Amino acid sequence: MKILAIDTSSHVMGTAVSSENGILAEYITNFKKNHSLRLMPAVHQMMKEVDMAPEELDAVAAAKGPGSYTGVRIGVTTAKTMAWSLGIPVYGISSLMQLAAGGTWFPGLICPFADARRGRVYTGLYRFRNGILTTERSDRVTSLDDWLEKLNETEKPVLFLSRDSKQHESAIRDTLGERAVFGGDAENRPRPSDLISLTAQMEPQPPHSLVPEYAQMAEAEKKWYAAEEGRTYE
Amino acid sequence: MTTNSTDSERLLAIETSCDETAAAVVQGGSNVLSNVVASQIDSHKRFGGVVPEIASRHHTETITMIMEEALNEAGLTFSDLDGIAVTEGPGLVGALLVGVNAAKAAAFAHGLPLLPVHHIAGHIQAARLERKWQYPALALVVSGGHTDLVLLREEGDYEVIGRTRDDAAGEAYDKVARTLGLPYPGGPHVDQLASTGRADIPLPIAWLEEGSFDFSFSGLKSAVLNTVHNAEQRGETLSTADVAASFQASVIEVLVEKTRRAAEEYEVKQVVLAGGVAANQGLRAAMEDAFKEAGPALTIPPFRYCTDNAAMIGAAAHIQWKKGITACWDLNGVPGLALY
Ligand SMILES: [Zn+2]
Repeated sequence: MKILAIDTSSHVMGTAVSSENGILAEYITNFKKNHSLRLMPAVHQMMKEVDMAPEELDAVAAAKGPGSYTGVRIGVTTAKTMAWSLGIPVYGISSLMQLAAGGTWFPGLICPFADARRGRVYTGLYRFRNGILTTERSDRVTSLDDWLEKLNETEKPVLFLSRDSKQHESAIRDTLGERAVFGGDAENRPRPSDLISLTAQMEPQPPHSLVPEYAQMAEAEKKWYAAEEGRTYE
Repeated sequence: MTTNSTDSERLLAIETSCDETAAAVVQGGSNVLSNVVASQIDSHKRFGGVVPEIASRHHTETITMIMEEALNEAGLTFSDLDGIAVTEGPGLVGALLVGVNAAKAAAFAHGLPLLPVHHIAGHIQAARLERKWQYPALALVVSGGHTDLVLLREEGDYEVIGRTRDDAAGEAYDKVARTLGLPYPGGPHVDQLASTGRADIPLPIAWLEEGSFDFSFSGLKSAVLNTVHNAEQRGETLSTADVAASFQASVIEVLVEKTRRAAEEYEVKQVVLAGGVAANQGLRAAMEDAFKEAGPALTIPPFRYCTDNAAMIGAAAHIQWKKGITACWDLNGVPGLALY
């Protein structure tokens, strides 16, 4: 299948394209600089090099979050508009699942995460079962301490994949000890080609229905609901 | 590809600079084949104003549906189009980004040229949907975020000769509305209430220094707030209709008078009233009155082209089209973009 993959959900920007013969090209940058400006030139250059016209595409895959709100919107908007305008389906894939896909050879649980400030993380729990990446616990934003307690109950080795590992490594080791395994530099960077691999185990969706996965309400909404219902929202 | 001549190009235009998700198909800069606007007002009402993050979320959810509706209403497909136009700025950065990236994606997918448009140029060019321009021309653009007097010596040549030094007129309307306990968005409510009141409360008008075409509304806004609070403290009941009428009269007087003076000084042939506040009945009537004598012809676009919409972006893009101005794939949303 000819699939274009797009990931702008973190400061890592990635795009990849495949044909019947597998991944043809993959382009990743790893620095903080305007995705809105750089995504389309990157896609254009890559498609030109592999000599593929947009009309040849069978589908578009996008990392739909959670992650940077603005970043996720750039990728999702680009992916759904391309797919809709070309009359092809789109795959919206969890950014955390995409990261978890980097743990292919790990036999235990895979915990991708990203720092969400104030002691919180975006995270979920995944595991490879017979080569299929399965969701063990759904994506969420949660306090890292609470989450580590939950992981502790599983009594299994856990592979942590994150660009924010260093920041939280000691807290993780304090709770999980030897059972905590940390990904290397390569595994901690989400790969757009993994979005394409993951399409094999997923159902595509109509482009209009693709929306970002923020994992939490906007601040203004939290405040509004808190005032309406007299309780706090995290 | 189509074989349209250079002046009957068909453009799909996209506008997402604030809280309206809009798409339109415009042919030759004046023939509106479709004009779809999805307003988010109901969603923002509960917050008492536009919340940028919520606006961006809505744009992302609906953008392709709105584009599809615009194409369907026009009875066209991408192969019938000659280009994609989009608001580059100014506006809310997160909101602009959705339109810009959608426009880039669609243009790239179909090998179409991408035309960047300035939002205020869009408001001004909404007038071409009504009649042909005569130059030199003068445009008064009044909206929630802008109060600008723009001189056009010729087509597509914009020179800002006056602008607000503090609040935009629309902003002042919203704040006064809140003080008077009127619901969001305040402008239309103040306008309506003003029509039932008497403008007999003395309020200041900021004429600024001699010959200046700039505006200032923060003093007026504060005076309204003080008047209302002082009355409350003295236990007096003020007629809110009279407050609205007095406030509106002050705003309109300075807007109309400065426009009239500028029209005279630059000997313009046409005056255009544009922007969301151009829907204000009081302002429309005062402008019509000021320019009813011989002199420049006054154009006020129909209401649907005054508030944010994409047909006006398609109209402004026509000038870019004629000049052959297109953007590269690195087009970005620019919140503080200067008028071009
Ligand atoms: Zn506007």
